Amino acid sequence: MPSSLFDKLWDSHCVETDDDGVSLLYVDRVVMHERTGSVALDTLLRRGRPVRRPEHVFCVVDHVVDTRPGRGDETQAPGGRDFIVALRQGAAAFGLRMFDVDDQDQGITHLVSAEQGIALPGLSIVCPDSHTCTLGALGTLAFGIGTSELQHVLATSTLRMAKPDTMRVVIDGRLGAHATAKDLALYLIGAYGTGGAGGAAVEFAGEAVARMDTEARMTLCNMAAEFGAATAVIAPDEAVLKSVVAAPLAPARVGDWSALRSDCGARFDREVDLDAAAIGPQVTWGTSPEQCAPVRARVPAATTTAARRSLAYMGLEPGTPLDSVPIDAAFVGSCTNARIGDLRAAARVLEGRPGAPGVAAVCVPGSRRVKRAAEAEGLDRVFVEAGFEWREPGCSMCFFAGGETFGAGKRVISTTNRNFEERQGPGVRSHLASPGVVAASAVCGRIAAPDAL
Amino acid sequence: MQPLTVHAGVVAPLLRANIDTDAIIPSREMRRVSRQGLGEGLFANWRYLDPELRRPNPDFVLNRPERAGASILLGGPNFGCGSSREYAVWALDEFGIRVILAPDFNPIFHKNCVANGLLPARLPFPAIRELAAWTDRDPQGNRLVVDLRTSRIEGGGTPVAFDVSGADRIRLLRGLDDIALTDTRAAVIEAFERNRFAAHPWVRLPEGADR
Repeated sequence: MPSSLFDKLWDSHCVETDDDGVSLLYVDRVVMHERTGSVALDTLLRRGRPVRRPEHVFCVVDHVVDTRPGRGDETQAPGGRDFIVALRQGAAAFGLRMFDVDDQDQGITHLVSAEQGIALPGLSIVCPDSHTCTLGALGTLAFGIGTSELQHVLATSTLRMAKPDTMRVVIDGRLGAHATAKDLALYLIGAYGTGGAGGAAVEFAGEAVARMDTEARMTLCNMAAEFGAATAVIAPDEAVLKSVVAAPLAPARVGDWSALRSDCGARFDREVDLDAAAIGPQVTWGTSPEQCAPVRARVPAATTTAARRSLAYMGLEPGTPLDSVPIDAAFVGSCTNARIGDLRAAARVLEGRPGAPGVAAVCVPGSRRVKRAAEAEGLDRVFVEAGFEWREPGCSMCFFAGGETFGAGKRVISTTNRNFEERQGPGVRSHLASPGVVAASAVCGRIAAPDAL
Repeated sequence: MQPLTVHAGVVAPLLRANIDTDAIIPSREMRRVSRQGLGEGLFANWRYLDPELRRPNPDFVLNRPERAGASILLGGPNFGCGSSREYAVWALDEFGIRVILAPDFNPIFHKNCVANGLLPARLPFPAIRELAAWTDRDPQGNRLVVDLRTSRIEGGGTPVAFDVSGADRIRLLRGLDDIALTDTRAAVIEAFERNRFAAHPWVRLPEGADR
């Protein structure tokens, strides 16, 4: 019987399934960060429970670590230092490889997993972070989990879960100029809602996806967390396979990755189709990623209580052209859009253009590797000349942990993934967009598409 | 983990779609490497007019005197979306919430609930609205009785059946510990792993190298 990519990945990791339909999945790799991993390691230490396969477990500092130059263990988030220290102590106690604050390969967990070859096609990986689905872009079976589940995986090398439904999102046609994987993801979530996937494992397919490079695929899979998906997968093509074998932990030779695609005639519980050609640059106008519209559209009429509440929080009036809305800040960063391709896309827009006066602009490369590559190309100068701060890698201002914020009432255009109320700080108004839109907005001082320049 | 069989309690309706885990427990409320001390930060941005000074917002449902002691939350679609932070469930638990009724849940949040003995039960939104309206009439008197043995809710009119998976139901009823359960399958896991490493040697990384 023809199988889907997700079915194949699931079956190859399924140890057994009980009468209630709950499976034990074998977990090949575990990655954790200081925010949610520290508690799990601390708990196992207290209980005297060993980590079953420490050589397959990795720790990364990203969530509350400072991103200002010259940083150390001290954080601006209250108590943040304790999370870093606890992760370090747990890693030392269990003999886990740690990408610490000063490690030359430190970065945002999901970027490090891809860069290092911790995540590889055909492997299963878990991380106590909702955006672990990013790694499905490599043909990896990737699940975001909770801290209790992490303890279970560390202790037993397995994850206990029922097999989710499957959903295929076929995106035909070609994305237009200035439209990116981020715009596609926002459009999809806008069309079907943040619960659109209904807990299914989503496969992205179709011409537009086939044409995407590894990084764009990661952006698309990343946003599946905002689509209510259990995870996301994309069949790896030659280019993806070539990009992963260069990683330090990748095997020298592999021969069993060619079957990592859905068979012709594979069945999915749900299928939806999108036309990429119809999708242009998007921006969110509300406090949920599903509240989004084309940059050149107007703020929609508030027909629901939720929309009225969102518009009140965002300080927007229905009918206002989105590309007339002035911004106070611009942020390029996060596991969604802080890879080298994202920085290049923003830099292309910024090059030779001064940033708008009064706009606080920050660029946080996703990893030390990305930062080094960007500096080798001179991208750091482009950002700095356009008025951006150039930071050390981490999650930074994607969320407010009690430390840095843009300030109450400030309007931020951001390459991140969540525009929830207060996500980036008390009273902060977040607009999600692609790196190109964020860069164009930083130049114009208002929400703008790259072709407006 | 405490088993959950029947729970009767005061209801707090929060009938909004997409209640995210940032709203349930803002990141800045996660101040210690611990599962404890989070109840006070529950819904901090909504519950307090000034979260730093802990000045209560008198309009927020969990601050209303008539909802005092609430242990059952009624929510909207896509409850618990966003960050995977289990701190959200620890905060709900410490506050005293035992049951959440919503049309559907984020998958990770749902699993975090079950892992901590909280019942995430699915019920269509119209039925949730009806229950909310019934409790509005007498919030302290009109308590709901959630019976996990029969998967039914009693209160108001005829009992309503809610949806919970068979496996989650048994786990909550018995208060089962996952790790202890899986430990009984250790030999099967070892055999699977042996086969996997034999078939795909590249999956296995060297022990203790460069560490």
